[in-house]
Amino acid sequence: MPIAKVNGKEVEFEPGMTVLQVAEMAGEEIPRFCYHERLSIAGNCRMCLVEVKPGPPKPQASCALPAAEGQEIFTDTPMVQKARKGVMEFLLINHPLDCPICDQGGECDLQDQAMGYGRDATRFVENKRAVEDKYMGPVIKTVMNRCIQCTRCVRFITEVAGVPEIGLISRGEDVEITTYLENAVTSELSGNVNDLCPVGALTHKPWAFNYRPWELKRTESIDVMDALGSAIRVDARGSEVMRVLPRTQEDINEEWLDDKARYACDGLLRQRLDKPYIRENGKLKAATWDEALAAVAAKLSASNAGRIGVIAGDLADAESMKAALDLFRGKLGIASLDCRQDGAQIGGGAREEYLFNATIAGIDEADAILLIGTNPRLEAPVLNARIRRAWVSRGVPVAMIGTAADLTYPVEHLGDTAAAIASLSKSKKGFAEKLKAAKRPMVIVGSGAFAREDGAAILAAAGKFATAIGASWNVLHTAASRVGGLDLGFIPTGGGKSATELASKGGADVLFLMGADEIDLSKSKAFVVYMGTHGDAGAHRADVILPSAAWTEKRGLYVNTEGRVQHGERAVYPKGEAKEDWAIIRALSDRLGATLPYNTQDQLREALYADHSTFAGQGFPPGKSDFKPAFASKTGAGDAPLKSRITDFYMTNPIARASVTMSELSALKSGAKLMAAE
Amino acid sequence: MVGILQDKDRIFTNLYGLHDWGLEGAKTRGCWNGTRDMLKMGGPWIIDQMKNSGLRGRGGAGFGTGLKWSFMPKEVKDRPHYLVVNADESEPGTCKDREIMRHDPHLLIEGCLIASFAMQAHVCYIYIRGEYVREREVLEEAIKQAYEAKLIGKNNIHGWDFDCYVHHGAGAYICGEETALLESLEGKKGQPRLKPPFPAGAGVYGCPTTVNNVESIAVAGTILRRGAQWFAGFGRPNNTGTKLFCVSGHVNLPCNVEETMSIPFRQLIEDHCGGIRGGWGNLKAVIPGGSSVPMIPAEQCEDLPMDFDALRELKSGLGTAAVIVMDKSTDLVRAIARLSYFYKHESCGQCTPCREGTGWMWRVMERMATGEAEMREIDLLLDVTTQVEGHTICALGDAAAWPIQGLFRHFRHEVEDRITSYRAGKPHVQGATLIAAE
Repeated sequence: MPIAKVNGKEVEFEPGMTVLQVAEMAGEEIPRFCYHERLSIAGNCRMCLVEVKPGPPKPQASCALPAAEGQEIFTDTPMVQKARKGVMEFLLINHPLDCPICDQGGECDLQDQAMGYGRDATRFVENKRAVEDKYMGPVIKTVMNRCIQCTRCVRFITEVAGVPEIGLISRGEDVEITTYLENAVTSELSGNVNDLCPVGALTHKPWAFNYRPWELKRTESIDVMDALGSAIRVDARGSEVMRVLPRTQEDINEEWLDDKARYACDGLLRQRLDKPYIRENGKLKAATWDEALAAVAAKLSASNAGRIGVIAGDLADAESMKAALDLFRGKLGIASLDCRQDGAQIGGGAREEYLFNATIAGIDEADAILLIGTNPRLEAPVLNARIRRAWVSRGVPVAMIGTAADLTYPVEHLGDTAAAIASLSKSKKGFAEKLKAAKRPMVIVGSGAFAREDGAAILAAAGKFATAIGASWNVLHTAASRVGGLDLGFIPTGGGKSATELASKGGADVLFLMGADEIDLSKSKAFVVYMGTHGDAGAHRADVILPSAAWTEKRGLYVNTEGRVQHGERAVYPKGEAKEDWAIIRALSDRLGATLPYNTQDQLREALYADHSTFAGQGFPPGKSDFKPAFASKTGAGDAPLKSRITDFYMTNPIARASVTMSELSALKSGAKLMAAE
Repeated sequence: MVGILQDKDRIFTNLYGLHDWGLEGAKTRGCWNGTRDMLKMGGPWIIDQMKNSGLRGRGGAGFGTGLKWSFMPKEVKDRPHYLVVNADESEPGTCKDREIMRHDPHLLIEGCLIASFAMQAHVCYIYIRGEYVREREVLEEAIKQAYEAKLIGKNNIHGWDFDCYVHHGAGAYICGEETALLESLEGKKGQPRLKPPFPAGAGVYGCPTTVNNVESIAVAGTILRRGAQWFAGFGRPNNTGTKLFCVSGHVNLPCNVEETMSIPFRQLIEDHCGGIRGGWGNLKAVIPGGSSVPMIPAEQCEDLPMDFDALRELKSGLGTAAVIVMDKSTDLVRAIARLSYFYKHESCGQCTPCREGTGWMWRVMERMATGEAEMREIDLLLDVTTQVEGHTICALGDAAAWPIQGLFRHFRHEVEDRITSYRAGKPHVQGATLIAAE
């Protein structure tokens, strides 16, 4: 490997690295504003100037300069010092002195670097430039006086998000960052520009003026808004979750986060169930835990086990599902338990059948991608950005079977219905040819394909096709709880009924919902026990409400769509009298005289690891990319279009539905709310 | 004899548009004569000849044209080669390329063919300045004539498939910077690119590209026809050939004139421009190469050879050889303040030092021009110019800094006097500042 000298110290580097990267390897910190590892190089802030020999007798932008064998790099010479101080002075002359009221304060790159390179007093006596603030949508607050024109936001929206709606207009000192005609940014990833902005020009609108970063308690956790299990950091003050930020997790979300995962946290404070309720004479009345648990126990004891059903919702953690299984199946002998409230026809077979086997990071190696019944832009925007990158950087062909949608990259639309799978397997031209030529093709199947009556038949067809072309088998789930539930076997056994059957007319006499709000109970006459967090659909239908903890309020294990077991951690305590889900079930078991054998969550986890060894291996994706699915179906697939289950990205779970920000975004998307310019 | 260059050695024989600019007229003046034979000698020979002629790029930087051509990949691989002609002549004071394009366009087109052949390019783009409407019309007409005469195009008589396209810019100074020009040509916002990669590696559409000035390309045909030694015979070593000088300002007869390189400044002015207005003794300062080079005072001008190296020794430059002459009536501070405004206005705004620095420098210069500035701001201003210079992506930052540095290098006392008189209640009387003083 070539060797360069950084301030006299020899460093080995890989060919293709930039001077900035080499200097960082040598332990030198290079100040920068415009440079970002995951975006293209702009080289416009000029903060990263270094002296390079051999080279011209002027400082060079290290972010853009390729390192070369035998190069001598100097990061601390008088020339470099003068250049950086000069650039810093230029950046500050037109930057307002409003740090005390700026939301970026305390985590501002400009503040930090001004400490190192700024002058003690200004030499600029002219008037500062004034720039009008722009409207960029409900999540981006703009104070454009502060903008230093680094164009990170422009590059992110254009390159990563794939909706080129932010740009730099005008020229010279009049340049301004704006969205086209000041329309809202339509990307599901738009919140990331607020993170990327090195100054306070773009800040998080929903959290404006709510906190100072140094007041917050940081908790590293896992996102549950989709099935990716993105790494997040929950920042809380007192009992309130103030914000959710992404953590770097190269294999899942890199350092991005979609708007729902980021901004739905205001829903944690609204519509919360903070005490138990019992329905009396058609009206819900507040009750004590004692009364509520007694009512549930009485109803369960009085009912026939065959007429009781348990449905786990999309946000359930593995521990609570394990406790529910132990109680309802193990102790009470109930067969009708289901974690698939969307009616997905998957699970029960080999574990790999319902995993994203090639792993999310595996998309970076894929050379052809076929999407069946999924719209990744709505189901997992961060994953969609990765597919987009595969297309941008390597030109990977992508095709889809299902309802056509704009995925921010060109997609060959092969057909709406499952019949397209059959015709693709017969075809020898077009995308079929590309799939055949590919070495690591991926088939990604979404709930639009299997969460329907003929789901098994479609899975069988898709599985057969994937096996035939040697593609990896990847299931993209939409619920954070789903893979964990399937791993636990939280599906009907021994003649039990599925969630869809339970919810149908006369399907069950007693329904125990574990945060299941996305299932239609309008036909059911059952007695409904709702254990959950929000006053959403399930609570409205409930006869007894057992308030439980939201995902930021409890420790919990979640298994993402890859089968990666991850820890969620508690950032704040449950609201009011609410209790953690597993503890409620444990208390209920006591009432039923069928006490579960664990008193702490750690004991529960031990039981979980003992019974389901997959949960013990945490933090890695277990998928096998050479897995050959073998689904069987006696019936054929219908001709209804394979439509993604998600129609409104911003309204997929009770927390998001309680969020003001999400409802604004949703209204904007659906056209219910007009934009500023219209 | 007037000047040094004899009429028989002029390349641009229709510089003043006295004859027919069309194909017939151009042919009678020798254009397109023997082009086929030149091409037969092969690309390496042409590049060699260009190197031997000592032709240095006429766009301002003075980089060897033959050397630049030799940087192109020797063989065409997966990406085609391109020639781009920079006809975005926007430097204040410069008006040579427009005369070539409207009066001798065939010299340019012939040069394009020769250069493209030498670099194995089949396509040439001529990026013409937005304000040059008539020039574009003439150039397009001339290209049409050349196509019709099968001089260029597919299956032309020269045996090298060659297409020539004129792209009309939108009138931004920055698009004269070669990489900003390429961006603009690709349909993007005209902002300079980071270098490396240089255009010879990745230029227009990411393909190997050479960007040359109009004059550099237009002289190529005649150099090859008359021989590299003929061209190298003019001027001093390393500063050879003939050059179009655009003399403007306080001379009796401002003009464009083709002269040999290294012609003494005084001879250039006396022979071609009718001398300085009010006589040689009335000369105050000269900006010798377009607005971006530092000015030089009268006392350095006497025997000054007008070429790249001599002017560099004086910490100025030949630039585009746009000589701006200023006599003693000139308010130099006001003049430079106006140039500062130009650079502030034309900065693309991409990189920090230029975006922020040009506006700052202009504002201080404005106050210097009236005398309202503080004395200590002179050193502040000079410090700011050094903070801009050399720290930017392209040379516009340098171009904005140099005129100010030139002013203070030679005429600092004028600024100081002005500030002192303003303080003493004797403001500099010019235009609006009169009202302020009352």
